[in-house]
Amino acid sequence: MSVIKTFGKYRNLLIELIKKDIKLKYRSSYLGVVWTLLEPLLTMLVLTLVFSAMLGKGTRDFPVYILTGRLVYSFFSNGTKAALRAVRANAGMIRKVYVPKYMYPFASVLSGYVIFLISLIVLAIVALVRGVYPTLQLLWILIPLGQVLLMTTGVGMILATMAVFFRDVEYLWGVALMLIMYASAIFYQVKDVVSPTNAWIFKLNPLYAVIVNFRNAVFGQAPDFSAMWYAFGFGAVSMVLGVFVFYKKQDKFILYL
Amino acid sequence: MEEKNVVSVKDLGVKFHLSEQKVDNLKEYVIRIVKRQMRYKEFWALRNVSFDVKKGERVAILGLNGAGKSTMLKVIAGVLKATEGKVSRSGVLVPLLELGAGFDLQYTGAENIYLYGAMLGYSKAFLKEKYDEIVEFSELGDFIHVPLKNYSSGMRARLGFAIATLVEPDILILDEVLSVGDVQFRKKSENRIKEMFDKGITVLFVSHNLVQVRSLCTRAIWLENGHVVEDGPVDEVTAHFEEKVTK
Repeated sequence: MSVIKTFGKYRNLLIELIKKDIKLKYRSSYLGVVWTLLEPLLTMLVLTLVFSAMLGKGTRDFPVYILTGRLVYSFFSNGTKAALRAVRANAGMIRKVYVPKYMYPFASVLSGYVIFLISLIVLAIVALVRGVYPTLQLLWILIPLGQVLLMTTGVGMILATMAVFFRDVEYLWGVALMLIMYASAIFYQVKDVVSPTNAWIFKLNPLYAVIVNFRNAVFGQAPDFSAMWYAFGFGAVSMVLGVFVFYKKQDKFILYL
Repeated sequence: MEEKNVVSVKDLGVKFHLSEQKVDNLKEYVIRIVKRQMRYKEFWALRNVSFDVKKGERVAILGLNGAGKSTMLKVIAGVLKATEGKVSRSGVLVPLLELGAGFDLQYTGAENIYLYGAMLGYSKAFLKEKYDEIVEFSELGDFIHVPLKNYSSGMRARLGFAIATLVEPDILILDEVLSVGDVQFRKKSENRIKEMFDKGITVLFVSHNLVQVRSLCTRAIWLENGHVVEDGPVDEVTAHFEEKVTK
């Protein structure tokens, strides 16, 4: 159908927008793209220092545990936040030039995804240094990697649509993200912080379901299939819903920008 | 019917909601929904507008400020959706609505060529091929590698014009852009547009300069409060329009 034809025509634009996001993000800094590696490394050091040195909970592979959680969470968090702002940030263009509008949130999420994939290099290095070696289970990593992209895009599209009509969404989402962060067990083990009866809080969080399998793959453990299905279900539903509301409302955007 | 309709507008209507106060936060919205105070003032920017443009026609759209000229061009360009009626067009359309609307100020001129070009739907290979031509036409020289935030507005407009007029469109939409840059560049851009005219492209032109309208266009449509007042040969319509406005 014509949707595919239009996408083909504007594919070049999507690439240009992704490039722009990445280039401009690091343009005025001296270290440039090196920050994609340095930033997660430094936060990991801080978190490791706080949680292992101060609370005395460190094992040798604890940094790897933190890093896996943090990388996935920060892609989700940055990606959804960028998508949320995408339509409004490009208001000037939307008002003047016709371009399929979903390009803007898509480009925001995808540029974040590229940065996320680059930062996996840090994870690989830290894992090797800390004695976490790859096994065949590592192949499973492709699934959480796909799921987090699906989820971020879907949720991002919903938020982008809502943010056009209600500016409050941005602040509300900031609070929600904090909740999601604590329910993602980034810098602690679930069994350390909650009693088994309350573990459902984590089970409910689809992002945690992604992180669980991401970690399993890295640490060479078998995947948790129920978490995998849950994450996939949530991702698919949010994507369908996101595309639907965006598509339904996109003609009204220009009246509210 | 020997010539094909390139643009066809049928019973076009565009409605805006002007809510008395702008409600853009959730609390207000909920309160108003509950109190049933979500009242909008409806405003039809365009209503019952119909016309066809044949290939090679150059149509001026006349009207005072707020008559609906820009709204109409936006609908034809596809930026704004019609509330009712139908707009169809065929062929490549280049909107010179506001030059350089898709530019990023942090980006250099060279990078913006690729960005803005992509926004107009050109491929990377095509832009690469035309890169030198754009730089030459826009007369930016070494400034092409400087971020756009350091450009003057004339320089920005020149770059925008050079990129937008890269391909020969079938339909060209001009919204008061023939007054770009200094005298020299204006001459150059007018020549480029005239060249396109000679090749028989279709033009939709908005301008308050009636002298320019008469020299460039063959037909004129006069809009007032979102309705078509008159549609006919350019000399007749501009004469009536002038009479009415200066009265």
